[in-house]
Amino acid sequence: MSGIPHDHYEPKSGFAKWLDERLPIGGLIYNTLMIPTPKNLNWWWIWGIVLAFCLALQIVTGIVLVMHYVPHVDMAFASVEHIMRDVRGGHVLRYLHSNGASLFFIAVYIHIFRGLFYGSYKAPREITWIIGMLIYLAMMATGFLGYVLPWGQMSFWGATVITGFFGAIPGVGESIQAWLLGGPSVDQPTLNRFFSLHYLLPFVIAGLVIVHIWAFHTTGNNNPTGVEVRRGSKDEVKKDTVPFWPYFVIKDLFALVVILAIFALVIWTTPNYLGHPDNYIEANPLVTPAHIVPEWYYLPFYAILRAFTADVWAVQFASLVTGGIVTAKFFGVVAMFGAIFVMALAPWLDTSRVRSGRYRPAFRWWFYLLIIDFIVLTWCGSQPAEGAVPMISLIGSTYWFGYFLVILPLLGVFEKPLTPPATIEEDFDAHYPPKPAE
Amino acid sequence: MIKNTILTALITLGLAAPAAMAAGGGGEVHDTAFSFEGPFGTYDTFQLQRGLQVFTETCSSCHGLQYVAYRTLADEGGPHLPEDQVKAYAAQFETPNTADDDGELGELRAATPNDHFAQSGYPGAPDLSLMAKARAGFHGPAGTGVNQLLYGMGGPEYIVSVLTGYTGETKEEAGALFYENHAFPGGWIAMPPPLADDMVTYADGHAADVHHMAADVAAFLMWTAEPHLNARKEGGFVWFVLLVLFGAMLYVTNKTLWAKVKHKE
Repeated sequence: MSGIPHDHYEPKSGFAKWLDERLPIGGLIYNTLMIPTPKNLNWWWIWGIVLAFCLALQIVTGIVLVMHYVPHVDMAFASVEHIMRDVRGGHVLRYLHSNGASLFFIAVYIHIFRGLFYGSYKAPREITWIIGMLIYLAMMATGFLGYVLPWGQMSFWGATVITGFFGAIPGVGESIQAWLLGGPSVDQPTLNRFFSLHYLLPFVIAGLVIVHIWAFHTTGNNNPTGVEVRRGSKDEVKKDTVPFWPYFVIKDLFALVVILAIFALVIWTTPNYLGHPDNYIEANPLVTPAHIVPEWYYLPFYAILRAFTADVWAVQFASLVTGGIVTAKFFGVVAMFGAIFVMALAPWLDTSRVRSGRYRPAFRWWFYLLIIDFIVLTWCGSQPAEGAVPMISLIGSTYWFGYFLVILPLLGVFEKPLTPPATIEEDFDAHYPPKPAE
Repeated sequence: MIKNTILTALITLGLAAPAAMAAGGGGEVHDTAFSFEGPFGTYDTFQLQRGLQVFTETCSSCHGLQYVAYRTLADEGGPHLPEDQVKAYAAQFETPNTADDDGELGELRAATPNDHFAQSGYPGAPDLSLMAKARAGFHGPAGTGVNQLLYGMGGPEYIVSVLTGYTGETKEEAGALFYENHAFPGGWIAMPPPLADDMVTYADGHAADVHHMAADVAAFLMWTAEPHLNARKEGGFVWFVLLVLFGAMLYVTNKTLWAKVKHKE
């Protein structure tokens, strides 16, 4: 599977040989687990395992929750309360599932920014990056669908607002919105289809994850230097890498357990911290909450959506050129999806010949600014659009697009990068000097 | 002690606003010390029983607890009433026959422990089962969520603040009477002041002024909203400790494993 030269699986026992001739699963497992992995990977590389664990956790807890949940507008909220009160361990299951979604998104954001800093998206890993973006989009959809199921006030009104985005598409918008909802507004058909899709999408994600892993097992992992593993011979490979098992399995497992300890601490002490109190009120189509906010993990993109109001000149220009077909709302929706789309294009927008941000003195600062921008946008999304918030959102959104569309292409031309080490071994030995020969 | 020092430091640095929010137009929620706060805090059984009494004698005339079953009053980690008392408590109330009961559908019969508390009897009075989790007393500052981490979400505190936040002023609007209240968002609430000093007589002789009754019923409503809090905290602590121990073992394993690769052996 891997393009890096390494030892291959040799079935030893009689049974192993018998099986291998019929189904080469032993070789598949061996090649996956023993993949030569750059030995200089730092702690930012542990989030992949955390993400795999989150997916498994969400699927397992979700399957059990479904055994007790009723997707009916009159019973959904009560069935969740039934889980919280009467199902043995149900309250823990539900808190694991709702907080598990937050852990999933914390992990995916760190994982994405890791890739952005170390240039993991650059050739030859574009497919890994694109698949990753698709996984992220599928996660966003799954999280949104799942948040509707408890049928609280935020579930209902969040669904109303989010599906309203599609209604903003000129011409066909309203038909699409009605098609998504199964009717003119959020109601029983909406709940049924959201439930069905919320159950389906995690398995789509699981499939994409397999392709994601397949792709980077073909190219080999990136690493903090951005320098490729030498592939001349198995001996060269051994100088740059260690097998994934046991070295990275144990390292990742250690990191995972530390993160799970923090996760346990949250569920132990403050399991509702990341939720919204309004979702403990049953959905009521007649009462609109004072302040509708999406879950925290959508906030940066929600801020971008709201940033483009009718008094922004770009919106007015777009409206003028299209003869009023592009409204502010539609512009915002395009901006929101565009913000993720430009991120997916990073492999082609980044023109630098150096891969890792470690050796790019100017790039670093723009990258750190992007992280600050992301945090500021998250905050903006959580606030009512009053006072300075719209202006800050607009500046933040502009920087987000500017980073990908202007700064990344130009930096490759103007920046003078440092020289990365020639090999991974050289980088590793600089950190862990070999003992002098006695 | 340490918690207070950290709090004072944060407040001085301007990172955390004191728990009492700005007055004017409602929303003024004061911090109340509850036994179930903090990582090791658990419900005070006697306080829950007193809160049940306040709810039964006062709140229940308008408000319901539709998600709470009478049988859970016997639960450990809850009011922990003896079973015969739960039976007697339930039997005071009537509930409509369901398809499972003998007799005509919808006909009233005496409630049993397996039945739920009634729904709100007064139109417009919200169900209180989840009230303590459906309100956030503490916010911010500036949308950062620091206060919720320090003081909790503030649901029970909100209930206490509303119950004790009446000024005595009233106004009439569109034929309805509103009462001025420091804690209620907007500053005017439709609910008349529900508590008065010594309105209930506690069997344990506990003080029954408005503030004590408010705290007791808020604690009780926190239990109705989060009935398994005690169990969750016990389990959470055990899981946390196990994970930390497991993590320590993996740390050593990882270090030993990599020693050779890192030229340390």
